[in-house]
Amino acid sequence: MTATLIWILVALVAVGLYLSWTAGRLDRLHARIDAARAALDAQLLRRASVTQELATSGLLDPAASIVLYEAAHAARQADEEHREVAESELSQALRAVFGEPVQVEAVREAPGGESAAGELAAAVRRVPMARRFHNDAVRAARALRRHRTVRWFRLAGHAPFPLAFEMDDEPPPALADRP
Amino acid sequence: MRIGIVCPYSWDVPGGVQFHIRDLAEHLIGLGHAVSVLAPAEDDTPLPPYVVSAGRAVPVPYNGSVARLNFGFLSAARVRRWLHDGRFDVIHIHEPTSPSLGLLSCWAAQGPIVATFHTSNPRSRAMIAAYPILQPALEKISARIAVSEYARRTLVEHLGGDAVVIPNGVDVDFFARAEPKAEWGSGGTAGEAEGGTLGFIGRIDEPRKGLPVLMKALPRILEARPGTRLLVAGRGDQEEAVESLPGSVRARVEFLGTVSDEDKARLLRSVDLYVAPNTGGESFGIILVEALSAGAPVLASDLDAFAQVLDQGAAGELFANEDAGALADAAIRLLGSPSRRAALSARGSAHVRRFDWSTVGSDILAVYETVTDGAASVAADERPGGLMARFGLARD
Repeated sequence: MTATLIWILVALVAVGLYLSWTAGRLDRLHARIDAARAALDAQLLRRASVTQELATSGLLDPAASIVLYEAAHAARQADEEHREVAESELSQALRAVFGEPVQVEAVREAPGGESAAGELAAAVRRVPMARRFHNDAVRAARALRRHRTVRWFRLAGHAPFPLAFEMDDEPPPALADRP
Repeated sequence: MRIGIVCPYSWDVPGGVQFHIRDLAEHLIGLGHAVSVLAPAEDDTPLPPYVVSAGRAVPVPYNGSVARLNFGFLSAARVRRWLHDGRFDVIHIHEPTSPSLGLLSCWAAQGPIVATFHTSNPRSRAMIAAYPILQPALEKISARIAVSEYARRTLVEHLGGDAVVIPNGVDVDFFARAEPKAEWGSGGTAGEAEGGTLGFIGRIDEPRKGLPVLMKALPRILEARPGTRLLVAGRGDQEEAVESLPGSVRARVEFLGTVSDEDKARLLRSVDLYVAPNTGGESFGIILVEALSAGAPVLASDLDAFAQVLDQGAAGELFANEDAGALADAAIRLLGSPSRRAALSARGSAHVRRFDWSTVGSDILAVYETVTDGAASVAADERPGGLMARFGLARD
């Protein structure tokens, strides 16, 4: 009788430890998503501001300036729901303007253009990177949250179900291409 | 930035991953970052100042061969101490799935972790069994790097998730500036005369490096161009390698044994054609990048990884894998056409710039900066059970 009770107790403690460990894992994944999302936000903002700076600098022709300014402005102002679309449109605008290596060269040759072009090139390369890391974290969290244990014991608490950030982040080839 | 790099393989044994880590660490230190490398090493090996020894690696049979691995309490304790003392902003783990230091650091650390996957092992049974153990450790990795599109694909298939592709780095100028050695070249006679030198670098006794394929193609190449010489650099039994060849062909093969880095660069600068007949097991192909850096025209088997490095055949010629006849035809054609070789060499030298450390290093730093942007620094993970902390009973 006592032996049975002890075994039940041991089993309960083991289950408790396992649940706690799983909750810890989930907690860490949520923290990782938050960090990755913050990094992605930072990269997106950086890209939009560099674009806006370039658009207002007078280095580009007026038509290109307006297209870029519009897209960058919309991306910065977009609310959560329209963010993915607005950022994708900024990617398309950048591809349209910097589709030709000649345009990039023209910017580079202007005074101060070298650093501006470099900054934009860094920004358009880092956005896909940050997005990939974010979505990778989201995928790992979703895989764990679909697990039976997590669902039955509601280990995720009130944390919202993580969503991937889907957008067109293809950089303009003339900017992103390595030498 | 304070950067910790974890090397899973013995520092005393030369290998691709070790060289990559050495060059990366030195490149980052050159840029003014504080770098510490944790690597297994024998107690009496002299180590560069930035390497911290994690103790001796133990030879264990693993995955079909004998691997030198680190595990057990002692190693885990050393990993923890290194993490604690280093106060890193980011740690960069290489090969996190090998049951060695990489996996131990993944278990022991929290905070921004970057991991590079070098090999693209086919899914092994051990990996499937270990999946539930690996998964919680791999979940901690904030950013994954694959060394090629091919390595990324296998990673996605086997472990899920995604990775950015950053190739291995090479010091392009080291190879580009090497002095050609007259006795290893053909003295420019390759075009008009029937001569020319072929180069091969790699383990002689490792069939996957493909020397047997090249040996099979050699008689035909010599038939068309009797003056051709083959220079072979690498460890292994030389007698066995030329066993199948007739004596006249044997005389045209020259074994150089193991060569130093300088001699390797000079060899690549001297030969008329570098041949990479590897039959498989390559996830990147650093030797091709080195050959391109030295301006050698390259003829390689059409492995996924090689095609990637050679820009799908634009920066070097490809032949059907394991097809000695195709290899011979392509070699004869290339040796007979100096203009084609010059074009390949020029195209290759321009293409290879993307593998230079200046480019690769800045990409890796961009990954570090991306993961440290929204996160605290690395610390030892002090939540072994989690339960203690949950009830406020943790030590701190």
